Amino acid sequence: MSLFQYEYMQHALLSALIIGLAAPALGIYLVQRRLALIGDGIGHVALTGVGAGLLFGTSPVIMAVIAAVVGAVAIELIRERGRTSGDLALALLFYGGIAGGVVLVGLSDSTSANLNAYLFGALTTTHREDLITIAVLGAAVLIAMIGLRPALFAVCHDEEYARVSGLPVRALNLLLAVTTAVTVTIAMRAVGVLLISALMVVPVATAQQVTRGFRATMAAAMALGLFAAGAGIWMAAVADTAPGASVVVLAIGSFVAVTLLVAGWRRIRRTRPAPAPAPEPHEVVLGGS
Amino acid sequence: MTPDVITVTHGVVGYDGRPVLRDVSLTVTTGEVVALLGANGSGKSTLIRAVLGLVPLTAGTVTLFGQPARRFRQWHRIGYVPQRLGAGSGVPATVAEVVASGRLARRGVLRPPGRADRAAVAEALHAVGLADRANDPVATLSGGQQQRTLIARALAGQPELLVLDEPTAGVDAASQEAFAGALRAFADGGGTVLLVAHELGPLRPLISRAVVVHQGVIAHDGAVPDPAGHHAAPDHDHVHPHGPEEPAGLWSTR
Repeated sequence: MSLFQYEYMQHALLSALIIGLAAPALGIYLVQRRLALIGDGIGHVALTGVGAGLLFGTSPVIMAVIAAVVGAVAIELIRERGRTSGDLALALLFYGGIAGGVVLVGLSDSTSANLNAYLFGALTTTHREDLITIAVLGAAVLIAMIGLRPALFAVCHDEEYARVSGLPVRALNLLLAVTTAVTVTIAMRAVGVLLISALMVVPVATAQQVTRGFRATMAAAMALGLFAAGAGIWMAAVADTAPGASVVVLAIGSFVAVTLLVAGWRRIRRTRPAPAPAPEPHEVVLGGS
Repeated sequence: MTPDVITVTHGVVGYDGRPVLRDVSLTVTTGEVVALLGANGSGKSTLIRAVLGLVPLTAGTVTLFGQPARRFRQWHRIGYVPQRLGAGSGVPATVAEVVASGRLARRGVLRPPGRADRAAVAEALHAVGLADRANDPVATLSGGQQQRTLIARALAGQPELLVLDEPTAGVDAASQEAFAGALRAFADGGGTVLLVAHELGPLRPLISRAVVVHQGVIAHDGAVPDPAGHHAAPDHDHVHPHGPEEPAGLWSTR
């Protein structure tokens, strides 16, 4: 534990905990609308922003936020127009984003170690100002995702119904896109752009194996994200592993553990006779009364 | 004269240049229970989707509660029941959570749910006979029960107009009866209903008017047709002239 007496370790731990809480709160909506990989795509785009920031000597984080928000809004508008070309558009953004980032970083004076810090996260790079940015933006993400839960649930669950309910469907979709971009960028330092998507999605995948409702899934996923982030940073500090990778390995480890537990529990339950589900005819034709 | 709830005037809808609805005019007034009938691909589902603004009209106009659909904002007056719940993404949701979405049109996006919302959700679940399943995941319900969940979601918003897309397709008998009961209670309370159906089943006594859509035009508008003999065949050609002196017996039961 002695490592955590250093201020930068405390900063790293605190920022990871905030991200661990915020990422699954957003990720549950992305999973619900089958956009589990969108965070990854936006992370790639954010990298171009990092490269531009390093090249022009401006803040890489601010440039990454701008690039990620532009990319996220572009993806959402493409998704809204025609669904057929959506995955191709995503592919263009993924590879365009990462190639642009690598080229721009190469043009700047930065070393490849600097690029690695953004790709996979680096503990020592979390300064006090970074922590304040992460705390403020993380709180904003949490407030939006929890406060707007009924509306966001309705849009992600059944977009046409939400439209007929008169909900501002486009505004809510764009809010999700921008929130994804913000979450990716604040998580960039702690977890890295290549792994942040895992922290959005994996805790949700773990939680939904044991929960019955949306609200419970959200709460459980946030708890799992908090655990993975805290334990991952501790592991990184103690064993000197890459922080982002440690967090994600623990998140995946929880997924595997829960999957095995659920499978085992089902097997135990199957030995008892389960109530037979009532058969339902495919289609019933009833005559007029 | 009762006020018009839905008016479609010379509506035309096409997908990729292929016309699906060709010059359709339809008026639904307060308190009516109108069934849109027709074969698969006749355009009946497209017609209600056009009424709700989910597909754009190529030509013609739609008014809802006397307002042009483009400017219509009182969505809480309409309850929409889609054909089926979208394919599950794996994130579980309880029946009560899905039904609670029906309150958003009334409550708005920013206000958190209150006591009135919870009461309306409970009442809607009771109306469709799913009160005991409120906290079960929707995915564990049968197809008919999921359909009833969607009807409860629409009822939870306490609408004046219900628009339903094939609510009884592939639904078990118990759910059909529960659904007919909920619809009867809604109509008895003064509600207006527009529903798309393939066959009416237990809903038949509720229907006050039937509109038959055939190849993108309205082929019949009046009493509920009696499918019998060759009329009941799905490929039967429903085209015939209609006017005030339309012979009784061909389409009407009287």
